[in-house]
Amino acid sequence: MWAFLHRFASPPHFYRRAGAIAPWLGWICLGLMAAGLYGGLVVAPPDYQQGESYRIIFVHVPSAWMSMFVYVVMAGASAIALIWRIKLAEVIAIESAPVGASFTFLALVTGSLWGKPMWGTYWVWDARLTSELILLFLYFGVMGLYAAIEDRRTAGRAAGLFAIVGVVNIPIIHYSVEWWHTLHQGPTVTKLSAPSIHVSMLVPLLLMAVSFKLFYVTVLLHRARCGVLERGRNAGWVRSLLARTEPE
Amino acid sequence: MTMTESLVDFFRMGGYAFYVWWSYVVVTVVLALNFVLPMLRHRRVRRDLAQELRFADRCDEP
Repeated sequence: MWAFLHRFASPPHFYRRAGAIAPWLGWICLGLMAAGLYGGLVVAPPDYQQGESYRIIFVHVPSAWMSMFVYVVMAGASAIALIWRIKLAEVIAIESAPVGASFTFLALVTGSLWGKPMWGTYWVWDARLTSELILLFLYFGVMGLYAAIEDRRTAGRAAGLFAIVGVVNIPIIHYSVEWWHTLHQGPTVTKLSAPSIHVSMLVPLLLMAVSFKLFYVTVLLHRARCGVLERGRNAGWVRSLLARTEPE
Repeated sequence: MTMTESLVDFFRMGGYAFYVWWSYVVVTVVLALNFVLPMLRHRRVRRDLAQELRFADRCDEP
């Protein structure tokens, strides 16, 4: 197991493997997304209270889930990078940040577009919305810290530490709807009893969620390939890789 | 209901067209950018590194 992990974490091996895997994941992601969109926009019936407006759920909820999932991956990878000094883990942490920030932004914007017709306002300082906004700033903090420090190793460590400290916000976001009964509704799908959503809506929602997850992995692999290339600019494997493909 | 009528109905989204479709447009744009930008970056990184390498090779020659 360790030998395999070490081999996978070696930059040239990762660069090759990631390049081979990413297109497959990308196509599967696209297929699931098409199925999820069809199920969500065409097949699923309108909601009995919210009418057609609820269809925002199929992009809003997966974005929100991903905004937290990516943060946990980022913090976990940062911890691995700090403890075991695995360079690839740092690349994964740093390259996750913009993708996570994108999902957070999407969760906020789609939520806002859903809030206007249902709550009558685009924004309210509700516990869930505020903690999600803080999540966006945490992502910006990680990206800014990494960009602001000249020395790459110090930058990686500082951004990693920042990411780990910020993970405290994740349970706050998750439980915000239970701890403070403000405007945002409670969980529908991720509660212990059966989900209170009809299966014709649940299936496209889960399809979208899985496809968003695959989207993240695909984009992360692409980004991490760039990252290992940039960091390994003087390494032998990068030289031989470029020498082989020079005439293009 | 004719084909066009049901299509128009679909795009009207029960009067919520503005909110529903803008959500989907924003998501599409942001995801597309997330997908395309790393591709362009990859190409740029490889080109820059290859250039650096050529330059270094030239400098090595006597």
